Amino acid sequence: MPGMSQTIPATESPPTATDRASLDTESSPGAADRASLATGSPEAAVTRASLDTESPPAAADRASLATGSPEAAVTRADLELLLLIRHFELALLDLFGRGELNGTTHTCLGQEYVPVALTPLLQPDDYVFSNHRGHGHYLARYQDPEGLLAEIMGREGAICSGVGGSQHILRDRYLSTGVQGESLPVAAGVALHLRGTGALACVYIGDGTWGEGSVYEALNLASLWNLPLLVIVENNGIAQSTPTTCQLAGTIRDRAHAFGIRHHGVTSIDLTEIRSQIAPLITSVRTDSHPLVIEFATHRLGPHSKGDDTRPPDQVRHLPDWYRQVQPTPLFAQADEAARTRIAAIVGEVSARPLSRWSACG
Amino acid sequence: MRVAENLNAALGDLLEHDPKAYLIGEDVLDPYGGAFKITRGLSTRYPGRVLGTPISESGLTGLAAGLALCGDTAIVEIMFSDFAALAFDQIINFAAKSVSMYGSRVPMRLIVRCPTGGGRGYGPTHSQSLQKHFIGVPGLAVYEMSALHDNHAVLAAMVASAQPCVFFEDKVLYTRRMHALDPLFNQDILHDVARVFIDDPAAADCVIIAPGGVADRALAAMRQVFLDHEVTCCLLVPSRLYPFDVERLLPTLQNAKAILVAEESTAGGTWGAEIAHQIHQHLWKTLLRPVTLVHSADSVIPTAAHLEQQVLLQESTIHTAIMEALHA
Repeated sequence: MPGMSQTIPATESPPTATDRASLDTESSPGAADRASLATGSPEAAVTRASLDTESPPAAADRASLATGSPEAAVTRADLELLLLIRHFELALLDLFGRGELNGTTHTCLGQEYVPVALTPLLQPDDYVFSNHRGHGHYLARYQDPEGLLAEIMGREGAICSGVGGSQHILRDRYLSTGVQGESLPVAAGVALHLRGTGALACVYIGDGTWGEGSVYEALNLASLWNLPLLVIVENNGIAQSTPTTCQLAGTIRDRAHAFGIRHHGVTSIDLTEIRSQIAPLITSVRTDSHPLVIEFATHRLGPHSKGDDTRPPDQVRHLPDWYRQVQPTPLFAQADEAARTRIAAIVGEVSARPLSRWSACG
Repeated sequence: MRVAENLNAALGDLLEHDPKAYLIGEDVLDPYGGAFKITRGLSTRYPGRVLGTPISESGLTGLAAGLALCGDTAIVEIMFSDFAALAFDQIINFAAKSVSMYGSRVPMRLIVRCPTGGGRGYGPTHSQSLQKHFIGVPGLAVYEMSALHDNHAVLAAMVASAQPCVFFEDKVLYTRRMHALDPLFNQDILHDVARVFIDDPAAADCVIIAPGGVADRALAAMRQVFLDHEVTCCLLVPSRLYPFDVERLLPTLQNAKAILVAEESTAGGTWGAEIAHQIHQHLWKTLLRPVTLVHSADSVIPTAAHLEQQVLLQESTIHTAIMEALHA
């Protein structure tokens, strides 16, 4: 398999370091300026470290990370979780194909490693806000494929009695909604509630979400008020059917910096490497109480929902896939078969359950 | 006491007694104290919980919903109710949905305050009465301020409901006196509906149902038709416009020769149409004539005073409607 840096089309990846450097000469004012602007806000802005010191590694470094040995990076637990999500999503597409699911769904094929990478870095008292493409986010937090499938199929044991379905889930401090950008202001409010406790509000959004004005209203508030808001961007290069290059001007990094918010780009799919990059940054969100944007350059291998992929199959086939990269691992074959078998059993068992029941509440 | 002072005191008491309560909005901080001065003094007394925000109605309403999701009580001030359109997604698709779309009831103590209505020459985008756009949303209640309802009780009811509420506050009421009535009238409260009447409310010739912002105009019309024609009217002013339970009002309604619903909304898809439908369902067989809807014209609301008057519901509109209904 060729190295990732060669397979990611340049138009879908974050801009090169050189491009950014040229823009950085016009970047946001220094911390001192910001602090002076913050008078009148609920709390004076703490002086922040330079936004650029936490910037992504240089392009050359990223290339070497991406082609690093995959075997060393995957533990059994990680592999099992990755495969659980992969086979869950494949099973959903299969169920749809057979006409056994109602409505729609959005699978995260290819992006499973993002929430898996974050799993040990998030704590039970953190809030997690997910979006329409949220099965991986949920499974990485709760490892509850039975409850999620029951929710999607409207069967007994559903997380939300079958009312929410694929994209409206609430469980403890995990919540997903189906409207783009809507969750960011809500997550900012939750972060305000959590501020000072060491917990944070983590919100997953996509590259397409950056078209929504609410995103910027929330980022502005989060920066002004020093809110512990962690924004995970899954930039998969395509917003439903529209390539990111056709819907997003400039860069997400510069948009974050425009609000005085730190941004970190991740191109690696090596879980150990990803975690070593972002763990200290996430810790600082808790301890220093400030927002952070982490942007994963990732790839959607499946359709937006079901059977609606307009990309040429060849193009999709050649996109990087962690699944192919971990295949040489000794653990892989057995773990892959175990996950496939487990999900097949869950599909059979949940399908046979009685329909979920719900009393409408106003 | 003026209505603005009553509301300010009610908000202050809520913040005083609920340490998890927040008040969030644009320009609500002292010394400005809000565009209509309703929050004056509150940020000085509760500095960490009265938050002045950027001009971001969607962002600040979503932020308030996030606090409510965590169990806090969040009160939002939208500077002009017209701007609630900018927060429509957060109100309709997040706050109201969250109450019930996750399969079990999620308490959301969120109040969205909306200074509303015309009569002050603010023009087409600062004078509307948008209540009708928030009617019929599951999980969302619509209230309207009135000089006949103590705002302490109204806020308490909204908080106790543990669901998102949009609270419309007719701007012209802020400077009116609470509970000030012409000696001709008596008043009482039936559940959350204020009743104003001359003698026996159940024996009035005409019953007018109107939200708080229209009550003064209705009372002026009631006074005039009594003095000129000895027509007796009973005015019903509900605090909660939606959901609306008409059954509790049937004893007051069933003997009336005419029933009007008056509101400042422009024509079409009005709150009054919803109320009229409910009354028709219960009283169709005994009504002498269909319920009359009285509202503003089907028009944008002009800025110039003489043009604004032509569009907005006036005392004379109600007066004419009463006489037409009784003599049709």
